[in-house]
Formats: sequence, C-alpha cells, structure tokens
Amino acid sequence: MYTIFYIALLVCCFLCLYRIGRGPSAPDRTVAIDILGIVVVGFCAISSLDTGKDFYLNIAMAWALLSFIGTIALAKFLEGRSFDE
Amino acid sequence: MSDIIGYILIIIGILFDIFGCIGLVRFPDVYNRLQASTKCVTLGTIMLLVGVAIISGVGPTASRAVICAVFILITSPTAAHAIAKGAYASGVELWENSVVDKYAEHVNKESS
Repeated sequence: MYTIFYIALLVCCFLCLYRIGRGPSAPDRTVAIDILGIVVVGFCAISSLDTGKDFYLNIAMAWALLSFIGTIALAKFLEGRSFDE
Repeated sequence: MSDIIGYILIIIGILFDIFGCIGLVRFPDVYNRLQASTKCVTLGTIMLLVGVAIISGVGPTASRAVICAVFILITSPTAAHAIAKGAYASGVELWENSVVDKYAEHVNKESS
C-alpha cells in the first residue's frame, strides 16, 4: 500500500520537474518550485508513517519553512523590489 | 477504525496532489497554473498530514503533523499571491482567450 503512495507522489514530483525544465517563463518555474516543496512535505509525512521514525516530520517542517522563504524571495525578485517592501 | 479514516484521508489527499500536478502541466497560462496547482496541492497535502496525525494517535508525531499542516495552510496562499503579483509586474501576458483583467484596471486607476 505504501508503495502505491510513493509511486503516486513520485509522479507528482516528476510532473513538477517537467514544468521546471520546460516552463516558458520564470514565474512558471517559480510556481513549480513552490508546488514541488509542498509535495515533498507530504512525501516526508508518508515516510514517517511507513518507517515509524518521527524525525521525518522535523525534516518536513524545515522543508516547508525553507520552501516558503525561497518562494517569497523569488517572487519579490520577479517583481523587481527588495525583500522588505 | 481511526486507521481506516486516516488511510481514506491519505488516499484522497494524494489524488488531490496528482490532479494539482496534472493541472500544473496541462493549463496554458501562468495564472491558470497557479490557481489550479496551488489550491489542489495545498488541500491535498493538508489532508495527507491530517491523515498521518489521525493514524499515529495523540503524541509528538501527531502534534508535529498538525503544526506542519497549519503552517502550510498559512504560507501557501501567501506565496501564491506573491508569485501572481510578481508575474504580473514582470510582464507575463495573459492567455489569449482570457476574458477579464481586473488588476490592470486597478493599476491604471491608481497611476492616473
């Protein structure tokens, strides 16, 4: 059962990677990076349930934080402003 | 019983994830892609985390999963709004069959 979950989330990750590689403009790639970060958080949660080790959820929390900060920085860079406006 | 509810939540969440990522690949425009993928993937991942919390029971694992879900619920719409504003400011055109652009009227009203 967990194998099906892993394969489905891997399909999600590869669809995001397709959009990162193919995307015609920079905002397309930024959207795909954001979505990839959220999908990987779900992947960590499934890994934690599968293996019974709960440090995977610490990785998920750290990943969500870093993904959010990176996305905000990229969006502000696209908008042409500095980080605190 | 709680195991069954948790697995059903996880399966529905992963289906939402897959639909969101298919929308990310198939839609024609930055704004359409943003709208489809951000909402679907946020809901799917939150359902997945809640399912993990229900299966693992009350304890440190469930509390961390709930904290993670609340954090994603707060930050994902913020990031999507920032990306949409940045994409508009960096000059990405709307899809040719789009029918309305309220933000352009707003910007013109502010500048004039």
